[in-house]
Amino acid sequence: MKLSQLNPGQKGIIVSFTDVEMSVKLMEMGCLPGEIVEVERYAPLGDPIAIRVAGYQLCLRKSEAAVIIIQ
Amino acid sequence: MADLKVALVGNPNTGKSTLFNLLTGLNQKIGNFPGITVDKKIGYCRLSQGQTTEIIDLPGTYSLYPKSKDESIVFQVLADKNNASYPDVVVLVADSTNLRRNLLLYSQVADLGIPMLLVLNMADMAKKEGISIDKDKLAQRLGIQVVTVSARKGDGLTELKQAIAQMTPIATQNKGVAVAELAPTAIEAIKKEIDTDNDYYALQVLHQHEHLTFFSGKQQEAIEAIEKAHGFDTVKLQGQETVARYKHLSTILSDVVVDTGAARKFTLTDKLDSILTHRIWGFIIFFFILFFIFNAIFSWSSYPMDLIEEAFVWLTAFGHEHLPAGVLTDLLLDGVVAGLGGIVIFIPQIAILFALISILEDTGYMARVTFMMDKVMRKFGLSGKSVVPMIGGIACAVPSIMSARNIESWKDRIITIMVTPLVSCSARLPVYTLLISLVVPDQKVLGFFNLQGLTLMAMYLISITAAILVALVFKFILKAKEKSYFIMELPVYRMPRWKNVLFTMYEKSKTFVMEAGKVIIAISIVLWVMSSYGPGQRFAAIEKKYETIEATSTDSVQLASLERDRAAEKLENSYAGIVGQTIEPLIKPLGYDWKIGIALITSFAAREAFVGTMATIYSVDSVDGEGGELRLRDKIGAAKDPETGLPIFTFAAAFSLMLFYAFAMQCMSTVAIVYRETKSWKWPIIQLVYMTVMAYVAALIAYQLLK
Repeated sequence: MKLSQLNPGQKGIIVSFTDVEMSVKLMEMGCLPGEIVEVERYAPLGDPIAIRVAGYQLCLRKSEAAVIIIQ
Repeated sequence: MADLKVALVGNPNTGKSTLFNLLTGLNQKIGNFPGITVDKKIGYCRLSQGQTTEIIDLPGTYSLYPKSKDESIVFQVLADKNNASYPDVVVLVADSTNLRRNLLLYSQVADLGIPMLLVLNMADMAKKEGISIDKDKLAQRLGIQVVTVSARKGDGLTELKQAIAQMTPIATQNKGVAVAELAPTAIEAIKKEIDTDNDYYALQVLHQHEHLTFFSGKQQEAIEAIEKAHGFDTVKLQGQETVARYKHLSTILSDVVVDTGAARKFTLTDKLDSILTHRIWGFIIFFFILFFIFNAIFSWSSYPMDLIEEAFVWLTAFGHEHLPAGVLTDLLLDGVVAGLGGIVIFIPQIAILFALISILEDTGYMARVTFMMDKVMRKFGLSGKSVVPMIGGIACAVPSIMSARNIESWKDRIITIMVTPLVSCSARLPVYTLLISLVVPDQKVLGFFNLQGLTLMAMYLISITAAILVALVFKFILKAKEKSYFIMELPVYRMPRWKNVLFTMYEKSKTFVMEAGKVIIAISIVLWVMSSYGPGQRFAAIEKKYETIEATSTDSVQLASLERDRAAEKLENSYAGIVGQTIEPLIKPLGYDWKIGIALITSFAAREAFVGTMATIYSVDSVDGEGGELRLRDKIGAAKDPETGLPIFTFAAAFSLMLFYAFAMQCMSTVAIVYRETKSWKWPIIQLVYMTVMAYVAALIAYQLLK
C-alpha cells in the first residue's frame, strides 16, 4: 500500500520506496524503513499532504508520497 | 584578521541564524559566493581570551547531498581547502528535539575530518517536551565537545564561546561509518587521483565532482573515468550510505536520548493547524493576512516616505542655495542626490514587507501558506512560495523579488522573479489616477459602484491576470535545472523572535541600498544629463530668448510663468526631448505624441516620473499644491494635435497609455535588483525586452480597437 492512499489519522510502517532517487531525500528527512508514519491532514485543495514521522511534521506532494510503500 | 574561522552548519529550522546573530551581533556583512545567488553571511565574534573569530553562516541543509543550489554551497565550501571560506572549525547546530535526523548531517561532516563542535540547540524546548539528552555520554561517544544552548533565550552562549576557544587544530571525532566499504575500489582510485587520504572526501568527490570548480578539466575527466570503470551508482550508494549512517546513529544515541512525554508535544500546533489550514477558514485567514500586509505596506510607509521625500527636496534646495552654482553642483544635486532619493524612498516599504515576512516565517505560518497554495500555483509554473512575492508586488516589486529567495527550486524562483514586476505596483497608481480622472467620467453605475474606482480595479485585475499567464508561458519555455522537490518540514508554531525581525529589516534595507543603489545612481546621472543638456546652440538660443523677454518685462506674474516656459522649452530641446521626438513615429500608432514620448523616456528610470514630467512639459508649476493635479489635468485634457486639432488624450489614447504603464518595465530599481538576485544580466534583459514588447503590443491593440 502507498502512503498517498491513507486517510488523515491513519498510520503505517514504512517498508520500502519505489523511486531510488526520491528515497534518498526522504530518508535524509527521517522517513526510514521501519519508521511509523501518520497522515495528519491533506491541504485544503487535496494536495500536498502533511505527515508525522520521526517526531516532526513533514509535508510532501501526493506524487512524492506515492513513492513510499507502507504496511 | 580573525584568528579562527568557524562555519555554522545545520538543518533548516534549527535556530542556526539566531545563534549566528547572537554570536556576531550587528558585526556582520553579506558577501557573495562567486557565481552563485546565495548570500554569504559572515560575522565576527570576540571569544573570552580576546581571540577574534570569523563566523560564516552556511545555508541550512539536511545532508551534504544538495537538493537546491543554496544547499550545494555547504559541500563546496567544506570540500575546498583553498576556498577563502574554508573553516578551521565546523560548529554543527542541531535541534535537540529531533536529534537523530540532525546528526545525519553531523556524521557526514565529521567524516570529512574537519575539527568539529556539536551544539544542541533548543535545549529549553526539548526539556519542555520531556526529552532528556545525556550530553556527556554523547560527547564521549562522538569524541568531540558538545554544548547545550537555547539560542532564543541566549542561554549557553558563554559556554559555546569557551568551547570554540578550546578547539584544537586536529579533528578529534571518532570514526563513524566504514565509508570505504560502500565502494572500495573506486574510493581507492580517487584517493590516488586527487591525492587525499580521506575515504569520505573521496566518496563525496565521486558523487559531486561536477559541482566542484576547483578541479581542472583533466582531473574531472579522470574522475569521470574512474566512476565508469568501477560502475559507480551515485543514487544507490547515497541510499546505502544514509541507511548505514542512521544505523550507526541509533547505536550512538541509545541511552543518550530519553523521551518521556511524547504524547502531548504537538497539541498546540495541531489545534492551530486545524484552523489555519482549514479548507474554508484557512483561506479566509490567509486572505485577511494578505490584505493586512498589503495595507501595511501602503499605509504605514506613507508617513516615513513623505518625510524622506521632503528631506531630499530640502537637501536639494539647501545645496542649491549654499553650494557654488555650476555644472558640478547640478550634477551632484539633480543627478546623484535625486537618484539617491529614489533609492532611499523604498526603504520603508522594504523594511515593512520584510518585517512582516520574517514574522510569518518565524512563527511557522509561511510553511502553511506554501502547503495550502502549492497545488494552485503549480499549475502556472509557480510554487506555493510564490504567493508572497506576487502579493507584495502590489506594493513594490523590489522587496518582493528579494523575498523570492526562499523558493528552493531554481525554475520556480526565476519564473516568480520574471512575473512579479507585472503586478501593478504602487508607483503605477499616480499614473492610473491621473489618466482615469482625465477620460473616465466620475459617475456611479448600478447605484453605488464608482466608474473610476471600477476602472482602477480593472487595471489591477488585468495586471495579475497577465502575470499568471506569462508565468504559464515561462513554465513551458524554461528547462528545470534540478528536480523540484516539495518535501518540506512543517515547523511547530512559535512566537516570532523580535530581534531577528529587526535584523532582517536592517539587513534587507542595507543590501538593497548597497547593491541596487550603484546601478540606480548611474542611470539617474545618465537621465539627468539627457534631460538637462541639448545640442549646444539650441540651449544657448533659448537662454538668450528668455533673457531678452525678462529684461523687457516688469510684470511679476508673467515672470514666474516665464521661468516655467523656459524649463519646458529646454526639456523639449534636450537630448531626452530630441529622443522623444525621434521615437514619435514609433509611438504614433499607440496614440501618443512626442510629449508623451519624453515622459516615456524619463519614466524608464521610475514610472512615477510620468506625472512630474507631464507637469514640466505642460508647464504646470506644482502638482503637489492644492488643486495642482486639477490644473495639470485641465492642461493635459486641453492638449490638441497641432495637425488635426483633435484632443490628444482621448479615451483610446489614455487607456492605451495605462496598458503601456501596466506592462512596461519602467523601473530601474527592479532591473537592478533582478540583476543582483540572479547574478546575471541575462534575466533582467529578457524581462525588460518581454515586458516592453508586451506593453507595446497591448497598447497598440487597445488604441487601434478603441479609437
